[in-house]
Amino acid sequence: MAEKIYAADFDPKQENSWKPQDLPAGLVCPAGGNSREYITGSWRSMRPIWDKETCNNCMMCWVYCPDSSIIVKDGEMIGIDLDHCKGCGVCVSECRFNCLEMITESEAKEREAE
Amino acid sequence: MTSQHFSANGNGMIADAMRQVDPDVMAAYPITPQTTIVEAYAKFVADGKVHTEYVPVESEHSALSACIGASAAGARVATATSSQGLAYMWEELPIAAGMRCPIVMANANRAISAPINIHGDHSDSMSARDTGWLMFYAETAQEAYDNTIIAFKCAEDENILLPAMVCLDGFVTTHAMERCVLEDDSTVKYYVGEYEPLYPLLDTEHPVSHGMYANIGDMYMRHHLTTRRVLEGAAPIIEKHGKEWEKLTGRPFELVDAWGCEDADHIIVVVGSAAGNARHAARILREQGRKVGVVRPRVYRPFPAQQVVDACKGAKAVAVLNRSDAPGAQHGPVCEDVMSAFYTAGLNIPVNDYIVGLGGADISLDLMVQVYDELEQRVAGEYTTDIAYLGIEE
Repeated sequence: MAEKIYAADFDPKQENSWKPQDLPAGLVCPAGGNSREYITGSWRSMRPIWDKETCNNCMMCWVYCPDSSIIVKDGEMIGIDLDHCKGCGVCVSECRFNCLEMITESEAKEREAE
Repeated sequence: MTSQHFSANGNGMIADAMRQVDPDVMAAYPITPQTTIVEAYAKFVADGKVHTEYVPVESEHSALSACIGASAAGARVATATSSQGLAYMWEELPIAAGMRCPIVMANANRAISAPINIHGDHSDSMSARDTGWLMFYAETAQEAYDNTIIAFKCAEDENILLPAMVCLDGFVTTHAMERCVLEDDSTVKYYVGEYEPLYPLLDTEHPVSHGMYANIGDMYMRHHLTTRRVLEGAAPIIEKHGKEWEKLTGRPFELVDAWGCEDADHIIVVVGSAAGNARHAARILREQGRKVGVVRPRVYRPFPAQQVVDACKGAKAVAVLNRSDAPGAQHGPVCEDVMSAFYTAGLNIPVNDYIVGLGGADISLDLMVQVYDELEQRVAGEYTTDIAYLGIEE
């Protein structure tokens, strides 16, 4: 058998010693259940802002979010996973109580700086 | 070891080769002139002669997609197609190679539309030659059988793991009856052995994802370099497996079949069944004292450049017969590969390039003699045409 390369053995950042045979054949991802490590939040140009005070935890945003980025604990929404939220805005569109709004990333960063 | 002599055609021989290998999955769609392969195989399945899961899909696009999925799951997989069917599979061809799925596919070489034509030429597979597949071209029904079995061994070799296309000329080889030898089922099963997939999706102890994303940075380019390196190193491995089959069956295997080339002044390079006509004409001319030879690459991807150069290096002029054209390119696809091999090896042999037998047009002995005559004229400086459609007067 050819040598299998699994996640722990393969480091794509080893530029100096890289050889074609170091890649897993077929460029398989040599590990499972690791999509959490892929920070898709960097794709976002718009950001949902959540108003905790007016939210009544109806969970419509949680149902609709395609990236499972509405964080819920003990039946209550506690925030948004900005590492994985791509800023699609479906949560804002579905919220019946106007507790979510969409702002640009640049505006969000300005607000963070304040 | 026993073997069985009988009359068969190329499609029947390929169906029998696949029956003897007994792959886990076959997904296929019928198309002339390949139909009798999948038809015969479907009967083997219905009659319980194989263990294969047969997936009767609704198109060739689905056929190869299903094959790729099955291969990623860890199955040994086979399929067959031809012409428009291969064209419809095109999207999946580089995916099968890129995902390193060792699928074996028979391709009954047939013209590509338009105009519609069901007869033999290499327009279909030559359009797919840069997709990362291993490619074998059979001259005879017997060789179609041998190549199919050898293809499983090569495709599944741990140092190759690439899909393999086994080509045979539509009707000439797929349908014409020849005297053939069928090896014992046990011989074939012993030769191909058990297939052990490298990253089977069904190995839940080691979860993997297939068909990955390489959209950022140079990972896509690195992956393609991997494919290039694998194919560069594949020729000796294919030769080793071919020789192993030769040892079991007594039928010779060479990457390039070179006939009469030791002292030949004029050589025809041709792929597929037309090599028989070229060799027949060459034998007649040899009896007249003319030093002629025939070179036939049996393996086309990886292109056996060194073997072609070694066979042709003593010649005064070489003719290349392409059974497909590459409109807009200076030369036909086989000729470009041959000329590139010559140039790289520092050989400066004049080359006459011909497009022959498109859409099943006859490649007669007279035309073969004409090619040898024109090689003599090239050496004498009387023939200067770069590329010609053989047998067609403009």
